[in-house]
Amino acid sequence: MTPLLELRDVRAAYGKITVLHGVSVSVSAGQVVALLGPNGAGKTTSLNVAAGTHPVQSGQLILGGRDMTGANPRDLARAGICLIPEGRGVFPNLSVRDNLLMMTFTGHSRAEIEAVAFERFPILAKRANQPAGSMSGGEQQMLALARGLATDPAVLLLDELSMGLAPLVVGRLYEQVAEIARQGVGVLVVEQFAAAVLGIADHAAVMVRGRVEREGAPDSELRAELSALYLGSST
Amino acid sequence: MEQLFTFGIVGLSTAAIYAIIGSGLVLTYTTTGVFNFAHGAAGMMAAFAYWQLTEGWGLPVPLALILVLVVLAPAFGLLVERLVLRPIQGLGDAERLVMTVAMLSGLIAAARWIWDPNEARSLPRFFENTDAIDIGPATVTWHQALTMIVAVAVAIGLRILLYGTRIGAEMRASVDDRALVGLTGANPVRSNQVAWILGTQLAAVGGILIAPAVSLDASQLSLLIVSAYTAAIFGRLRSLPLTFLGAVVVGCLESYLTGYLPQNDYLPGLRLAAPALLLFLSLLVFPHRRLRGRDTKARPVPSPSLQGTLLFAGAVVLFGLVLASLLGEGDLITYGQIFSFGVIALSYVPLAGYAGQISLCQLSMAGIGAAVWAHAGADGQLWALPLAVVIAGAAGALIALPALRLSGVYLALGTTAFAVILDRWIFTLPSFEVLGLNISLFDGGTVDVAGPSLFGWRLDDGSELMVFAAVWLALASLAIAVLRRGRFGRQLIALRDSEAAYATLGGNLLLSKVAVFALSAGIAGLGGALYGMQQRSVTAEQFGLVAGLPLFLVAVVGGLTAVGNGLFTGVAVGGSFPVISAAGAFAQNITSVLPALAGLGLARNPDGAVPEIRSGYEPLGRNKPVLGGLVVALAGLWVLQLQDVLDGWLTFGLALFLIVAAQAAATALEQARAARSTDTDVPVEWWGVRREWRREDEEVLARGIAGG
Repeated sequence: MTPLLELRDVRAAYGKITVLHGVSVSVSAGQVVALLGPNGAGKTTSLNVAAGTHPVQSGQLILGGRDMTGANPRDLARAGICLIPEGRGVFPNLSVRDNLLMMTFTGHSRAEIEAVAFERFPILAKRANQPAGSMSGGEQQMLALARGLATDPAVLLLDELSMGLAPLVVGRLYEQVAEIARQGVGVLVVEQFAAAVLGIADHAAVMVRGRVEREGAPDSELRAELSALYLGSST
Repeated sequence: MEQLFTFGIVGLSTAAIYAIIGSGLVLTYTTTGVFNFAHGAAGMMAAFAYWQLTEGWGLPVPLALILVLVVLAPAFGLLVERLVLRPIQGLGDAERLVMTVAMLSGLIAAARWIWDPNEARSLPRFFENTDAIDIGPATVTWHQALTMIVAVAVAIGLRILLYGTRIGAEMRASVDDRALVGLTGANPVRSNQVAWILGTQLAAVGGILIAPAVSLDASQLSLLIVSAYTAAIFGRLRSLPLTFLGAVVVGCLESYLTGYLPQNDYLPGLRLAAPALLLFLSLLVFPHRRLRGRDTKARPVPSPSLQGTLLFAGAVVLFGLVLASLLGEGDLITYGQIFSFGVIALSYVPLAGYAGQISLCQLSMAGIGAAVWAHAGADGQLWALPLAVVIAGAAGALIALPALRLSGVYLALGTTAFAVILDRWIFTLPSFEVLGLNISLFDGGTVDVAGPSLFGWRLDDGSELMVFAAVWLALASLAIAVLRRGRFGRQLIALRDSEAAYATLGGNLLLSKVAVFALSAGIAGLGGALYGMQQRSVTAEQFGLVAGLPLFLVAVVGGLTAVGNGLFTGVAVGGSFPVISAAGAFAQNITSVLPALAGLGLARNPDGAVPEIRSGYEPLGRNKPVLGGLVVALAGLWVLQLQDVLDGWLTFGLALFLIVAAQAAATALEQARAARSTDTDVPVEWWGVRREWRREDEEVLARGIAGG
């Protein structure tokens, strides 16, 4: 299967400190790829590179077969990348309706977006005129996810969807993510709460110190390696 | 009753203008997160440009309006967005605030440069020759009616734009999260541009509408914005309807005060200061959602060594002695300001630099110090000097109480209001009595200031006063260094970094803020007293808000956390500006714009110039032979000038050249030595100790850490 999104041998740095040392990850249509690893491994930076919010030192960013290395976030968004950043990707002082209006810059009509979002998350329709910041964490993540549903992106990038949410809410949100993938969207998920995402992932990559150390199907061997990585191991 | 209506109509008409200007302010703030102190100055420039086109060059009114509102104002807005605000987008609230204060100061200076302030100008009202409309007992002129119609149109138009259009949502979203706006495919830069264009246009409309009612004066027009600030604070800087309500309150209050305030020597100033008083009160009464600001980029505060500060203090006194021995009586008055301005500027260091409290009324505090010394120290009694410090400090403590509730933009606005209240009212009052105590400030004009008497030795010579001021600057610099190294200095920095953390660790916010405001105002009061002595007489205008802006800007450019900032600002404002001004009227205009230009350059070096100068001169400090040679050469120049072999300007030029050349030579020598050294065997933990620290070392270490 031809990948929709590819990071090829990407190096990236914060100032003089290099944090990604040749990372290669790819996501195909309808596939959920989990990017896992401990704090400081470079997972969020990899997502930011894919969304164009962090510059690439060397390597390539390929989207739909086109080299988009160095493109700005706006162009990447219009080309089909949708990043839901860590800590609720919503505008807290805008109403739910205005948040949805902000999704129309990718070329979809307001009516189209509201129809999809309100059908998938009926609670958002009830909160339509409420400032997004006054909703619960789970509801805010639903609003953020509505972007992934309504704007019909090619690739959805999710950063720590579970942050600060109850496990039950996290489970429901990941069900929606799986549903989005089933519609043909490629999903790249960064998550520390590995158990939640491995349930829906088709492929997993484990990052350590800015490198992908291990990748493959999320089988029991990979889960065991992950446990060792998080909890320490004598082996 | 008829009078009540008439003043009501005037009030509503003025309110309409404040509403237009205030809504522009709210628009730029809600969209870009920048509170534009120069908003009124943009309106002032538009009024002057409109006057130039209509009265100056005789263009028809409609054409002039189109040129100003559709061409010049949007172009100015775009220019400001591109050149001034985009570079500081990533910086903190304080830096953004300084940039707009720099614009305010720069625009006033530029207007005074272009349009001679000594020439009277006025603008006619719109539809001046059309009969007024009678409404019951009152009449409404067409200008007033037009003003109100425009305000209503602006209100409706802005409401539709912000809440009914996609670009409006984009503009509001940019304040919440600019990065996220980009991720949705929208363009945050475009929304900023639209905001600045519309904001400047609204300021221009307000400026043109209000100009016929007041004299066309750059400073007066720019400060009309205080009324619009008040209206905007009523709207908590985000609600347009409440901003309009605030404008009605301010406009009517001003109008009715004009009509009903008793006529005596004490109250006319109250009418002028009323908007500022109201601003002060509204800042305290209304809750602010962004009370704590969003400035998370607190910069490190250097801790000066005691030895280094002692050397610095010695150098300050020596500099004062040398200057005093070389200058004539006239020059001593001009350049004597170096040290008194230095002391006033030093007052920013503990307050703004350490505690992070931005105050724009430090020169007003200096005015209090000057006035107290002028009256209490009329015969040179030395005890009056600590009295001046204590009374200025008490005034500072008074500001600290409301400051407990304010920070960032709100604190800057509060201190601005305080400065305007002092400027327009308190400083203009004749002598008055409070609880049997006779209080005199500037006696409604000029007060004479005497020199101090040091145990029977009367200092009234310009050179003696210069050395006296230099000694105080040295002592104040030393005191600030000691404060920084002590417990109180650490407390202030903790308070700046996180008020919440400071309070939860048991720190007393009220006590610390009162103490630092009082200390800082006391230092400013001392500087004001020294300034007064040097000038021999002072007026209230010398301590006004606008007069204080260049001093504040240069202090910020120097670096608010540097102890050397006092000398830097003193030399820049009290020394280099008069030197440049001596070259003629053109150069004088340049100096009035310079602080603003320097302030606008802040984005390039937010840490300030003093730390950069200090690190630039460190090689000279380490190279004893070159330093010794420089001292001998400077001493030689001094002797030659004393013997009248060299003239003053030549000595100044040669000294400047020698200092720059010695620094360049010392740096070159050090670099050459570093290049020759073959110390590759020095272990990494000894880098910077057994051999010089090099620029590339940081990168080598970073690579090592990242790789390891």
